[in-house]
Order: sequence, then structure tokens, then C-alpha cells
Amino acid sequence: MTLRKAVLLGASIAAAGLAFASAAQAQNEQFIPGLIYRTGAYAPNGIPFANGVADYYALVNERDGGINGVKILYEECDTGYATDRGVECYERLKNKGPTGAAYVNPLSTGITFALTEKAPIDKIPVISMGYGRSESRDGSVFQWNFPLLGTYWSAADIIMQHIALKEGGFDKLKGKKIVLVYHDSPYGKEPIALLEQRAKMHGFEFTPMPVTHPGVEQKATWLQIRQNRPDYVLLWGWGIMNSTSIKEAAAVGFPRDKMFGVWWSGAEPDVRPAEGGAKGYSAAMLQHGAGQFGVHADLKKFLYDKGKGSAKWDEVGEVLYNRGLVNAMLGVEAIRKAQTKFGNKPLTGEQVRWGIENLDISAARLKELGFEGMLQPLKVSCSDHEGTRAGRVQQWDGAKWVVVSDWYQSDDKVLKPMVDAAAKKYAEEKKLPVRDCSKES
Amino acid sequence: MLYREAGQFKTTYVADQQIFPILQDRIFVLAVIVAAFLAVPMFASPYLYTEILIPFLILSLAAIGLNILVGYCGQVSLGTGGFMAVGAYAAYNLWLRVPELNNLIVVFLFGGLMAAAVGILFGIPSLRIKGFYLAVATLASQFFLDWLFARVKWLTNYTPSGSVAVGNLSVFGWKIETPADRYLLILGLVVVATVVAKNLVRGHIGRSWMAIRDMDIAAEIVGFRPLRTKLTAFAVSSFFIGVAGAMWAFLRLGAWEPLAFDINRSFQILFMVIIGGLGSLLGSFLGAAFIVLMPILLNQLPGWFGIRMSTALLSHLEFMVFGAMIVFFLIVEPHGLARLWAVAKEKLRLWPFPH
Repeated sequence: MTLRKAVLLGASIAAAGLAFASAAQAQNEQFIPGLIYRTGAYAPNGIPFANGVADYYALVNERDGGINGVKILYEECDTGYATDRGVECYERLKNKGPTGAAYVNPLSTGITFALTEKAPIDKIPVISMGYGRSESRDGSVFQWNFPLLGTYWSAADIIMQHIALKEGGFDKLKGKKIVLVYHDSPYGKEPIALLEQRAKMHGFEFTPMPVTHPGVEQKATWLQIRQNRPDYVLLWGWGIMNSTSIKEAAAVGFPRDKMFGVWWSGAEPDVRPAEGGAKGYSAAMLQHGAGQFGVHADLKKFLYDKGKGSAKWDEVGEVLYNRGLVNAMLGVEAIRKAQTKFGNKPLTGEQVRWGIENLDISAARLKELGFEGMLQPLKVSCSDHEGTRAGRVQQWDGAKWVVVSDWYQSDDKVLKPMVDAAAKKYAEEKKLPVRDCSKES
Repeated sequence: MLYREAGQFKTTYVADQQIFPILQDRIFVLAVIVAAFLAVPMFASPYLYTEILIPFLILSLAAIGLNILVGYCGQVSLGTGGFMAVGAYAAYNLWLRVPELNNLIVVFLFGGLMAAAVGILFGIPSLRIKGFYLAVATLASQFFLDWLFARVKWLTNYTPSGSVAVGNLSVFGWKIETPADRYLLILGLVVVATVVAKNLVRGHIGRSWMAIRDMDIAAEIVGFRPLRTKLTAFAVSSFFIGVAGAMWAFLRLGAWEPLAFDINRSFQILFMVIIGGLGSLLGSFLGAAFIVLMPILLNQLPGWFGIRMSTALLSHLEFMVFGAMIVFFLIVEPHGLARLWAVAKEKLRLWPFPH
């Protein structure tokens, strides 16, 4: 045997041994896939989110030794926000671990749409926290989708309520001009239906203006805005598009305090590149904002003081980092809930689905978890996969995000008929069975 | 030694004109097809089907379509994504609005025919403009079609987000549900389409395309009508691309938005054709394999060897190595992977006694 062959053989034996060892210890682990992006045009927003998710899982493993003794096995896959690549990541990861993926967070509305078709077949629930299909909150049709904490229709409604409050009531909106600058993808188009509905109800003039991916070229859009002189501009962007929009608004002199972003357009990477130009810009909050709360003390103690954190300490507490924490926490709590029914062992996606659908996080529990001040209590049910529809509005003061509003609840009198109609249409188109939620416990 | 055609005599014109004149080639291709139909379903995992084989086969078909236009007829096109979208949305609308025709073969053919019609329409300028200018004109078609499917709500059945979805698919009563079903259907269609394409390009139609490609004025003088020749190339090419688009939407994605067929898709398929080899059907397959599979392979390779690295580093490495490989192959063989294969074949015929 030549030296080269010997080295190769040795290496392959070692690799096989490693693979075997990791398979052996994986018996009592719950696998969770992470579809994230640390590269590409959306990386500035994808990285803090991914760090938050990774840190929370690491914290649960370090501090509690897993979920009731079941360690979390977390693996990331970089989707680059591309739908086909995201589906590839999902297919690659869905069967890993002893019981397969517990749930999946697509972190892209396009990927959510694609996985919505696969979830019932693979029996893996899709948690699209604050994004995804708005009608998927109807659990009787969308059994496997959980747009927890809020859909885009909720977000648009919260922003409209905030604007109406500033104007002195919805009746004052008559004749006003409102423009939506949106990312030309399913994500950006989602709020249009709700805003059109609201425009019909209150008689304001609504104009959607698309911006093509990735959104670095918006001169034409903002020229149009300068000519039209709308009263308000809503921003539905992501990644580099957000900061570009804010910069363009500053360039054409559109008042930033008349500009409202969705919760995906309201983080530090969106406003910092615009420097002074972003001052006064507001955005809806997916409940939580920036800042450090109880859970951050644990993160410091168990991860960052030991050098195990995935971000830099001064980034911990940013909006998107916190959103990653919240996203991971909801998933972990859902698994914990499912364990009460199925036992403290690694669970399948189908079992975890039950856990998410019966998720009920009280204020006391939030305090225990260290999320007090970030979230309101939420309760998921068969007919309501959103859990809660509350949100606030925050404003960038030039250095930090400041909460400027009280809690709003999106108006279910407007949303519910729209959700029902859209879900019914989806079920008919796909010839899906509809569950009777009144019979579910 | 194994690959030697000594002793294989052709005594009839039919024998001389067959697709694979060398016996070993015939056996090899037949073995590959039989293996693809019979052996693959015995061991393939869903991941292999949905993420490796299905994208590879569908994009190979799209590359064959584009190769007919660019490689055989010499008309550069950047509108492939748009034509795929025409196929996908035409198929979707037929499937949605005429439920009696819930047969994927019919639906796909309709998608292909609509794409062919649109292809002819956008091919008309090719009579006056050539080369890079034509590329720009087809680029316009890409943007126009993108815009059309994003803005005309009827085409997407008024879904709020512009994303459409299909389900409950069947072919003559055969329910297409599992990845294996989808794979076998795609494989069957791609094999048939490849045979059709091969016979087209080696028959008189293909020769007229190549005559136009090599020198259009000379071709016109010897009697080929440029109008008909160029437009048949656009039609046939768009037909294949449209069918590929419909398959991509129905059998690969299941739910899609116009973004699935954006300009990047056009570039991706053009790169397949260039890297695989212009004017070669084998090249279309090799190019598709390279562009589809290499990034996935590069992304997973470190994991297989137990090397742990951060997700970001892994993605960046993938970009860098993939880019370097494209440059490498274009320097080593500018005529594409198909040419590399042809050179290897020449060497094989003489092996082990090269002169």
C-alpha cells in the first residue's frame, strides 16, 4: 500500500467513524432545520435573524440541557432568499435527525408558498412568523401553516389604524392619497388586498408601486411619488430595498414621518445606511422591538461570556436579532407543549403540529422565559393560527428605535371575511378537505 | 480497445444514417435510458428525485430548446425565462379553466404551443436585426413577459399575491403524486422530446437552420427562405422551452410566482448551452448537469467529509469555486463540455495504441 492510499483509507475510516459516532449520540435529539440567508442581497437582514435563532437554540441546550432533556440539533442551510434554493434546503434537511424536522421556518414568503404545498404531504408544519400567506391563519384549510404573531394583512391594518389615529379617525382619510412601495414578489403583494379593501371602505386613493428585486433601482418610483405628492407612503421592502427607499425618500424630499414600513422594513440595517435621512421614519412592530430583556441576561451568562455566541455582543438586542429569538422561542415552546401529550422524546412534525396548534403562552410564562416586555400573551387554536393580532408602531429618532404608539389590534371585522373568502377559494381550487374547527378540542 | 468500430460495416443507407452509427454508443445510450427508467426508481430517495433528477431533466429540455435557437440557428436569445413563463401560465390557465382537460400531456402541449406562438411573434424582429442587437430585442421580450404575468391579474386568477398553485395532477388516469411519478413522467417526456429534437436537427429542417447560422446570405442564395427558417427555429425552440416551463411549474415547483422565470433563469439556461456546447444535444444535458448540480454538490461536499464551517463561508466558497470552474472549463475547452466528450471519444477509439 502506498502512502497516499494509506492516508486516504485512514481518512475515510475516520470519517465513517465520525459519522457513526454522531448518529449514535443523535438518538435523543430533536432536529430543527434553519432556512436562513447569510449571503446575497438580503444578507444584512438575514444575518441578525439567523444569529438570534441559533443563539436561542444554543441557550436552551446550554442552560436547560435541551427541551425537557431532549437536546436541539440545529442545522442551517443558506437559501439566499431564492425560492428554488430554499426548497432544495428543505428537501435536504427534512428527514434529518431521529424523527425528521420538527417544523420549518422558511424566512421568505416565496419559500413559504412553495412549502405550503409540501407540508401536508411531508407532515412538517410551517411556522411563518410575521410573513407568508395571510389567509393561512385559517387552520381549517391550512392545517400545517402557522403565521404566528401576525400576517401582512394584520400589519397593513395596524399601520392604517395608526395613520387614521394621527388624522383623527378613519373618516378623515377620505380623499387622501396613499402609496404602497412594495417588493415585487408574493411578499410585497400580500398587503394590497387589505389596503384596497380599506381604500374602498374609507374612500382614500390607493396606488401600489412595485420595485423589482433586489430593489437598488427606485429612482423612477420616487420620481412618480414626487409628482403625485401622496399623503402617506407605506413601505413593504426587504434587505437593501429598505435603505434605498429611505434614501430616495430623503432625496426627493418626501417627509419621512409620513412614511411607514412593515415590520420587515423596520430594523437597524434598514435605517442606518440612510444616516440622517431616516430620522422620523416609522415602522410597524411585530410586537417586539429592539432592546435587551430578561432572556438577554441569560444569553450573556450562558453563551457570550463563554464565547459561544454567534453575533457580536453589541448586536444582541437589535430588532432582527430579537425576532430570531422570538421565532426560536415559539418553536421551542410548541415542542414543549407537544411533549406534554406525546412524551419527553424527539417528536415528529405531525406531533409538533399539535403542539403549535395548542400553543398557549401566558404572561406569566413569558416572564419566566425572559420575554416580558417583548411579547403579549398568545393563544393559537384550530381556527386561528395567528395566535395574536396585536402590534405597535416605532419610530427611528436618528440613533435608535422608539416606540411611539400604544398597542393596536388589527380589525377582525375587516380581516375575517377576507381570510375566509381567500381560504375558501384556495380549498376549492386545490380540492382540499376542510376541517370543522368546532369539533377540535 | 472496447470502443472500436472496426468490423461494423454499414451496408444500407438506413444503417449509415442512424442516430448512433457506432454499436457501443447505441448500447450505452440504451443502457442509460433503461437504467433511468428501471434502476433509478429502485434506489432513489425523494431528495434525489426532487432536487437532483427532476430539475436536471427539466432544465435539460429547456437547454435543448435554447440550443436549437442559439446553437443550431445562430439566433441569440435572452428571453428563455419569459418563454418558460408563457408555457407555465398557459398550462396553468388551461388546467384551471378547463377542468375536463386535466391531463398533464394535453396541458403541457398547450403550454408549449402558446410559447411557440409567442416565440414566433418575438422572432419576427430577427429578420432585420442580428447578433447582439437580437439579444437585446429578446431581452425586451423577457421583461415584457415578466411584466405581463405580474400585472395582468386574470392570468394568475386574481390571487392577491400573484402566486399560483396547482394540485391533483394526472395523466390518462395515472395520478401524479409521489416524486417517483413525477420523475417518470418527466423522464418519458424528455426522452421523447430529445428524440424529436435529434431527428429535427439532423433532417432537412436542421440543415436549413445550420445554413442560416453559418452564413445567412449564402443560405438565402441557395434557396432557404430566411423568414420561414428563422421562425421555425423560434417556434420549435420556444415550444420545447414552453413545455419545460410548464413542467418546471407543475412538477418541480407546484406553486410559483413570476419571479421563478425571471431574467436569471434566462441567463442560467444560456450558460448551460454555452458551457455544455453550442449546437449539441448532448451538450445541453452536460451543461444542465453542470449548472444545476455543481452548486448543490459544492455546498454539501464539506459536510460529507465531516468538515464543519459556517453557513456563510460555505455559501461564499460555493460561489467562488463554481465561478472558478466555469472559467476553467471555458479556458480548457471553449466549445463546451460536449466537445471535451468528443475529444475523449476520439482518444478512446485509438486507445491503447495512439499514433
